[in-house]
Amino acid sequence: MKSTLAVLGVLVAFTSCNNSGNSDKKSGALASNVAEKVYIAPGEYDSHYAFLSGGYSGNLTVYGLPSGRMFKEIPVFSQFPTSGYGYSEETKPMLNTSHGFIPWGDAHHPDISQTKGEIDGRFIFINENNTPRIAKIDLKTFETTEIIEVPNSAGNHSSSFVTENTEYVVAGTRFSVPIPQRDMPIKEYKGNFKGALSFISVAPETGEMDIKFQVLMPGFNYDLSHPGRGKSHGWFFFTTYNTEEASTLLEVNASQNDKDFIAAINWKKIEEYVNNGGGTMMPTNYAHNVYDEDTHTATSIMKKEVRVVNPSEVPGAVYFIPTPKSPHGCDVDPTGEYIVGNGKLSANLTVHSFIKMLDAIENEKFAGEAYGIPILNFEDVLAGVVEQPGLGPLHTEFDGKGNAYTTFFISSEVVKWKIGTWEVIDRKPTYYSVGHLTIPGGNSGKPQGKYMFAMNKITKDRYLPTGPEMEHSAQLYDISGDKMELLLDFPTHGEPHYAAAMEASLIKERSQKIYKLADNKHPFAAKSDDDTKVVREGKEVHIYMTTIRSHFSPDNIEGVKVGDKVYFHVTNLEQDFDVPHGFAVIGQNNSELLVMPGQTKTSVWEPKQVGVWPFYCTDFCSALHQEMQGYIRVSAADSDTPIKWSLGEDIE
Amino acid sequence: MKKASIIMIIGALLLLGLFKFPLWNIMLGAPQYPDPLGMNIHIDGIKGVSEFDLQNIDGLNHYIGMKTIPTAYEMWEFSVFPKVIFGMAMLGVIIGLLGYFGKMSYKYFLGWFLFMSVLGVLGMYDFNNWLVDYGGNLDPHAIIKVANADGTPMSYKPPLIGFKKLLNFDVTSLPHTGGYLMFIGMSLTLVAFWLGRKTSLKTTT
Repeated sequence: MKSTLAVLGVLVAFTSCNNSGNSDKKSGALASNVAEKVYIAPGEYDSHYAFLSGGYSGNLTVYGLPSGRMFKEIPVFSQFPTSGYGYSEETKPMLNTSHGFIPWGDAHHPDISQTKGEIDGRFIFINENNTPRIAKIDLKTFETTEIIEVPNSAGNHSSSFVTENTEYVVAGTRFSVPIPQRDMPIKEYKGNFKGALSFISVAPETGEMDIKFQVLMPGFNYDLSHPGRGKSHGWFFFTTYNTEEASTLLEVNASQNDKDFIAAINWKKIEEYVNNGGGTMMPTNYAHNVYDEDTHTATSIMKKEVRVVNPSEVPGAVYFIPTPKSPHGCDVDPTGEYIVGNGKLSANLTVHSFIKMLDAIENEKFAGEAYGIPILNFEDVLAGVVEQPGLGPLHTEFDGKGNAYTTFFISSEVVKWKIGTWEVIDRKPTYYSVGHLTIPGGNSGKPQGKYMFAMNKITKDRYLPTGPEMEHSAQLYDISGDKMELLLDFPTHGEPHYAAAMEASLIKERSQKIYKLADNKHPFAAKSDDDTKVVREGKEVHIYMTTIRSHFSPDNIEGVKVGDKVYFHVTNLEQDFDVPHGFAVIGQNNSELLVMPGQTKTSVWEPKQVGVWPFYCTDFCSALHQEMQGYIRVSAADSDTPIKWSLGEDIE
Repeated sequence: MKKASIIMIIGALLLLGLFKFPLWNIMLGAPQYPDPLGMNIHIDGIKGVSEFDLQNIDGLNHYIGMKTIPTAYEMWEFSVFPKVIFGMAMLGVIIGLLGYFGKMSYKYFLGWFLFMSVLGVLGMYDFNNWLVDYGGNLDPHAIIKVANADGTPMSYKPPLIGFKKLLNFDVTSLPHTGGYLMFIGMSLTLVAFWLGRKTSLKTTT
């Protein structure tokens, strides 16, 4: 009997092999069908926006689905000479931190704001791993408008996921560290380091972020997280690894425990505790950077304290759910009932039940405790196990039709399985070694399950070779049918970790075309040619300059001296869609400026040599773009050339 | 005759639509302007179809040396036209009322129509004169100078009505809501005349 089963097993394996072989051939023969599914005719629009994190590029890229075309790179944590972000005087404060100016970041998990459990397309949040920060991008302008540093955190990885009404964007630490930071031996890690989980409130109207509280957890590594939704709204779930609390050779030492934990945090309970004055204000130092769209200028404020909460202060707010083998992704299904722990070293996929968790808590069925936090029994909370689905499960997303899709890094595939029966329905290879996957509307109660794309870590031979270093590759699948269908490979920029995606309509309608000049409150704006001037204040020279097709005003400037600090404040007077002007001056030590209609940007220039130096428009703005140029005369430091400026006439 | 008078009054009142809606509209589309720029000509001034259209039209026109689009204060028409339209509407209402009470003949309805038509033609003539000046009176130092085959400078006069290609721009000039309401109103006064005539013929026979 057993051998028959084994034979059957082999047969099934063969048949499924054949099947997949057949379907591959089919998709070859019917390739034109597949092409039609991703073809967007010239001038037509994609149906979905996808926002892919740039990983070590520090930025966020915007793509269209199903075409896989890239529309924009939004600078977030990295300087971006293309637009002057992080180089212009207005945007330098955006990259300020308690460690000073940081020109680069590692951006991982974008998440779109939600209202009532549905993504609303207002803002997109993204975490910076290395110097812990959370950024907010306004999807009206597709610009980064706020960055908040996260103190007490290190390797800000289990971030930046939002609750179902965007009450909070949550940022968990990957590395545990001494809190507060202090000089101590590394080997005293165990029991002394802590992991901070930060709940950053988001103001309903403005979206302004503020760290409401940090939960100081035991010194594990907090890997990923997701909010509860629907029935589990008010809870947040974090995967942990290194519950061994090793500080060295983690690949071995953090893989010893058979099970690590998913930490279940009742944030509503802690919020109530905090609202009643609970927690401790702890001295610290972190930057809060806000970009004002009226002044077109960012300001950076250093905040000096943060509210911390010890789990033991709020009984019943934090529990540990044992989860096999260093779980990575922590994914909650659209109903809020199932919490998937993707144990990356486990052969099976573990799914926990929220209802069972509540029941176990109610009946106080605890297996023990860790640092005062109750540990639930694995079996009591277990909803089901997807048996042997693949190797190295990382992340799971949902289609809203009762199916889940899990990525397997080691076996390089996406596996579709059914919630409730835990049976595997379909599997498709990825090329190669997939990390995250995204279904539009992924982290919400209402996924828009038409497409799914896998973001792969290894590219190898998928495209024409470009030397040892290649961009990463993504693959788009149609998931509207029972079986997934591979539609498209598309290269991505940087190293996308996660992506957020949604149907285009909400964002498309609100996308802003210009900044209104009348609303420009930049202190150095020149709103017409009459406002242009050049003002010397000691060694500083401020040039109030305007651009309009096809000239700068002024375009002849004299009286600047070697050793001066020259501020070019460039206001683009255009009020027409897609008419930016650029500004570059020879020997600029920072970057060009790309100024949108109605905007003012400032570039500092410190001339080191006497001469007459040109500046010009870098954006091919009009038929007479090449004529859009000017000269600035630099005199010797001890000269007495008076400040003068003009347009259309010789300087007298 | 009462019916005819009521139609006369309605027809005259429809002129007042010009105080709310544009008389005429000129749209300028180009490869770079898939959403065309546009100007709405009201009886009391020229407005952009979208907020910054006039500014953008002026910005583009500076390349070919056209003057900027006049403000309401720069043309006497925009202070006189509203008075004329209001006066004609009131005159029509009075004629209609007098007709209603049998104090005035239906023939005055036609009289009003003819008077209004004369004014309308004069208005169109004036408007066309402005278009000729706007499109042809160019700055001699213009950045782009385009000459016709015979060497005379090209005119950028938009069409009074219909479509015209001007360099990269497709220009379409058509009446707008206020204009159509005026035409309907004027037609109604003709109907009133015809109806009045019919009734009076009936009563006499």
